[in-house]
Amino acid sequence: MPSSASELPRLSPFRLLFLRAFARPLAQLLTGADVHGREHLPLRGPAILAANHNSHLDTFLLLSIFPARAVTRVRPVAAADYFLASPARSWFSRRLIGITPIDRRAKPGTDVLAPAMAALARGDILIVFPEGTRGEADELGSLKTGVAKLAAAFPEAPVTPVWIQGAGRVLPKGARMPVPMNCCVCVGPAVRWTGDRTRFMGELKDGLAALQASAPPLRWA
Amino acid sequence: MFEAARDALHIPPVLGWGLVVVAVALVAGSVAAWRPGGGAELRARMASWWVMAALLVLALLLGWPAMTLLFAGASFLALREFLSLAPLRREDRLVVLFAYLTVPFVYGLVALDRYTVFLIAVPVYFFITTPFLLAVAGQTRGFLAAAAVFQWAALTCVSNIAYVPFLMRTPDAEAPAGAAGLVFFLLLVTEMNDVLQYVCGKLFGRHKIAPTVSPNKTWEGFLGGWGLTAALIVGLAPVFTPFSRIETLIAAALLPLAGFAGDVTMSAIKRDLGVKDTSRLIPGHGGVLDRLDSLTFTAPLYFHLLAAYALERF
Repeated sequence: MPSSASELPRLSPFRLLFLRAFARPLAQLLTGADVHGREHLPLRGPAILAANHNSHLDTFLLLSIFPARAVTRVRPVAAADYFLASPARSWFSRRLIGITPIDRRAKPGTDVLAPAMAALARGDILIVFPEGTRGEADELGSLKTGVAKLAAAFPEAPVTPVWIQGAGRVLPKGARMPVPMNCCVCVGPAVRWTGDRTRFMGELKDGLAALQASAPPLRWA
Repeated sequence: MFEAARDALHIPPVLGWGLVVVAVALVAGSVAAWRPGGGAELRARMASWWVMAALLVLALLLGWPAMTLLFAGASFLALREFLSLAPLRREDRLVVLFAYLTVPFVYGLVALDRYTVFLIAVPVYFFITTPFLLAVAGQTRGFLAAAAVFQWAALTCVSNIAYVPFLMRTPDAEAPAGAAGLVFFLLLVTEMNDVLQYVCGKLFGRHKIAPTVSPNKTWEGFLGGWGLTAALIVGLAPVFTPFSRIETLIAAALLPLAGFAGDVTMSAIKRDLGVKDTSRLIPGHGGVLDRLDSLTFTAPLYFHLLAAYALERF
């Protein structure tokens, strides 16, 4: 592996240019990038965005809805085994997208959340996909509890539920050809860590389910 | 200085005055919106009007290539909104991609000045190709409904809207204020009809005209808007169009009706889908399709009236 999955990667000085001149126009062309509940979007860290995950487009879409002054602080958590797999993909993921790697195949005893914790400690805005992988389009899979560990370590960080509607149609898992269709990013009120993991995960799941119910019908019949 | 700029851009004097009147209306609306208590929604709506008016005026001044590009973009956005909200099946995904090809195809025909092919491109050839592709995709459940979605989306969002840039190809000598004057008149009448129906409905509305489809629309708004827009058409048609007196009366009777019909038809679709706006692309207005709904009906009608009665070119 060309880069360690246990440290926070450095960002390219051209990252902002790449995000604004390429990633954002591409996301807008393919999805329209509508935002519902923009007032709930955290603009300063430490903060955590917890979103559903259906498509590689999700990360592009979420990076495109932040204003320029905030997006320099936004770091998506992504699987090291996939995104650091080849030198080119690794460079692109670490330096331009600005991922925070998480090692899904780590040996027991290693702290896979260390890079994410380091990012929060720096005051970054972390994007996590608590389903852990891209699931069935527009269905919420079971949530992994890593997000609760992050929230417990940084109880001052708001955890904002985000429902992405429609990205699973534009570029579903396994598809190579994107098809432009409107998507909606629904941002909900933040959930706070209050010391109880079950309760926290329940509130997060309820928040995501409420956003899913309120989302416009951008789905297959 | 005004005249020097006008001559450089070949603006007929009357069109110049039309643009001045639109600018005055925008300033008046903005002053009202930015008074204390104007409301963020109204301000966003006015700001968006400025952007849309600026884009249209620029395209009017630059001629048909600019107008073709602008409306090709608008058609793509409207089509994307339509196909994203309408009930399509998972198997239709690549046919959606195919449907976007109507945008370069139809606007390409505008650029190549192929009028007869333009007329039949969507209503004949897209209409027979798409159901075949849906059959190849292999899902027969909901087949007819899916075919209708594609056909209607391409017809309203692409083919009907593309009449606007094609009208820009009219030789300037055929209309009193040139091709730009013809298009300006269509856009002005269509938008004023929307605004006047809304204002008349707000002021006098009592009896609902389509309670199950569009509960805010009233007979008073519809008739008031129709009458005022018809008066506007009768007053301005001699200035901007080559219509004779009787042709002007036909346009005055039909265009406001077509605008209303486009608006209500799109409302029925939105109500069916349970959405208020087709997207949030234009702050204060909703989606591109929300803004273009009346034009999808008025543009082809106006074009065909001109082609049948008044223009040598078509």
